[in-house]
Amino acid sequence: MKKLRVVKTALVAIARNPTRTFLTTLGIVIGIASVIALMEIGQGASDVLSKNFAAMGANTIRVFPGIAQTSGVSSGAASRANLTMKDLEYILRECPLIKSATPFLSVRGQLVYGGKNWSPYFINGVNEKYFDMAGWKIEEGEPFTAGHVKRGAKVCVIGETIARELYGDESPVGKDIRIQNVVFRIVGVLKAKGANMMGMDQDDCLIAPWTAVKTRLRGAGRTSISAASTTTSAASTTSATDTYVGSVSLYAPALPNMPPVRFSNIDSIMLTAESADVVYDAISQVGLALREAHKLSPELDDDFRIRAMAEFADMLKSQTRTMANLLLCVAFISLIVGGIGIMNIMLVSVTERTREIGLRMAVGARGSDILKQFLIESIVICLFGGVVGIIFGHVLSFALSQFMGWPVSVSYTAILISFGVSAMVGIIFGYYPAWKAARLDPIEALRYE
Amino acid sequence: MSLIKLDDIHKTYFMGDIALPVLKNITLSIDRGEMVALTGASGSGKSTLMNILGCLDRPTSGEYWLDGQEISKLDNDGRADVRNKKIGFVFQNFNLLPRTTALENVIMPLGYTAAHLSQKQMVERGVEMLTKVGLSDRMDHEPSRLSGGQQQRVAIARALVNTPKILFADEPTGNLDSKMSDEIMRLFREINEKEGVTIVLVTHEMDVAMCAKRVIKLIDGEIADDEQVKERRL
Repeated sequence: MKKLRVVKTALVAIARNPTRTFLTTLGIVIGIASVIALMEIGQGASDVLSKNFAAMGANTIRVFPGIAQTSGVSSGAASRANLTMKDLEYILRECPLIKSATPFLSVRGQLVYGGKNWSPYFINGVNEKYFDMAGWKIEEGEPFTAGHVKRGAKVCVIGETIARELYGDESPVGKDIRIQNVVFRIVGVLKAKGANMMGMDQDDCLIAPWTAVKTRLRGAGRTSISAASTTTSAASTTSATDTYVGSVSLYAPALPNMPPVRFSNIDSIMLTAESADVVYDAISQVGLALREAHKLSPELDDDFRIRAMAEFADMLKSQTRTMANLLLCVAFISLIVGGIGIMNIMLVSVTERTREIGLRMAVGARGSDILKQFLIESIVICLFGGVVGIIFGHVLSFALSQFMGWPVSVSYTAILISFGVSAMVGIIFGYYPAWKAARLDPIEALRYE
Repeated sequence: MSLIKLDDIHKTYFMGDIALPVLKNITLSIDRGEMVALTGASGSGKSTLMNILGCLDRPTSGEYWLDGQEISKLDNDGRADVRNKKIGFVFQNFNLLPRTTALENVIMPLGYTAAHLSQKQMVERGVEMLTKVGLSDRMDHEPSRLSGGQQQRVAIARALVNTPKILFADEPTGNLDSKMSDEIMRLFREINEKEGVTIVLVTHEMDVAMCAKRVIKLIDGEIADDEQVKERRL
């Protein structure tokens, strides 16, 4: 029997009972529609989740200098001073998974405005990309620019806590602020973020161009002091240029006997990976790039430390996996329910059409012809239900996104899978009734009342 | 050479351990172009014999030659092919597909083996058959809108669509009144005489049996009587 004719016979048989076909299809329609809607809404939700995680720093990688060790005495974390702007540029050039990078310097000091003073948690020197990388938004004024960074301009952006403590109800934008007795101009106020995961007030911060922090404030790159003392033993310490140092000398005031430090070292480097999923890959890329930049031979240990909020990345991964599994379960259950509906109706249909089957056999249909006919009927019903379900689910998720403001992204994989799955449901749940029909004895079937 | 040759056919049903012989020692031959009536009381085995002759059932023992081919050893698919190519069936209760037009009912068997025919050729054959049974004006009617006699004509057209060598009719007039019965029997005779199709009727009505050329009477699974009809009805 020609394939096309089998399909046609099946279609005719289905069309003979439209109400029943519609009701049977409904199970599959609802199943597939819920799969599509859930997948699309779930995809949107998961996109938003990963954006939120990124804002919390899930895709942030920090690079710190290595440990300086002299005669078995370790100077503690990040005590070596061997990270430079050259390393940063090298990483950006060599690591495709790294989206952006900023040097990251920290100093401590007192802030003074008028008659008030305040000691903030953080005074950080960064470049203009930092605001996006750390997810800062500007409440008032503007962030500083690449030009400010290049010039080493004495401008800064302050957090909400400092604005409140020093300026009260006044607008701080355009006002002066003294940091360690150096006058900086405030260009912007950051939008409040609240406490971070450790409970530290993130808004208690002042952010300035790293060049200005490095050259005009005391204490930046203070690790260079111990680095200087270990230079002789740390053979791999970078010989850096003094591009950014200019004429300002960096004598360490706390230790007047130490030799002058001429390194343009930076405290640490902050990097952003393309996404939180690739943080681990990005870390290994950065590690390789830095080893190259520092010309480390294979037997030497890393002279730097790379850290990421790994638990965040893991959490994100397991979150996405849990979500996907949950959706799969829902999809599975609804499709099984739909499939059993199909099987039920096909069994009824076989019983009801016993005489027809007997007749078809009497005029020369083989068992396999009957099997094919019923199997194709159930597949056609399922595929029809699948298509209607895909459309219905799509409309549903679109409507939800409109009314509830949920983010929705179209999932073509979901559409393809649903189509395949509905065909599979048709085959699996249609096979038993079809097999039952094909096994009928023509004599018995013809006599069936 | 005879079209049908039965040699010592036995059919025994088993109800648990009890053997129930339905056909015993049937030896019979039917020539091409014959019109035979199988008669007998209910339970005499005439339907069982027709099922075996129609390749719907297998004998327990014995040989069955149809058109020079030994049938009794064929498997299900083999018998399905024989049914499709050589045999046409007409049933007491017509067995038409509901909600399907007369024409589609007639061409249904072509779908199974006549793959070489195009849809158009199939329809042409269907129209030809319906015209032959006098229903050219009822092609698009569904069975529910046809009278009993008309339904049986559609069934006959369907049985003939594959140009079978032999036509089996199981109580073809059982559901019809006498006027309709006569019409149908005339049609059978016409087919037998004009087309040369061998016809085997199963009936318990003597009126109908007397329309055939030869009557075979079964009693308790054995051939009791086999004679030519001297005075044919109609």
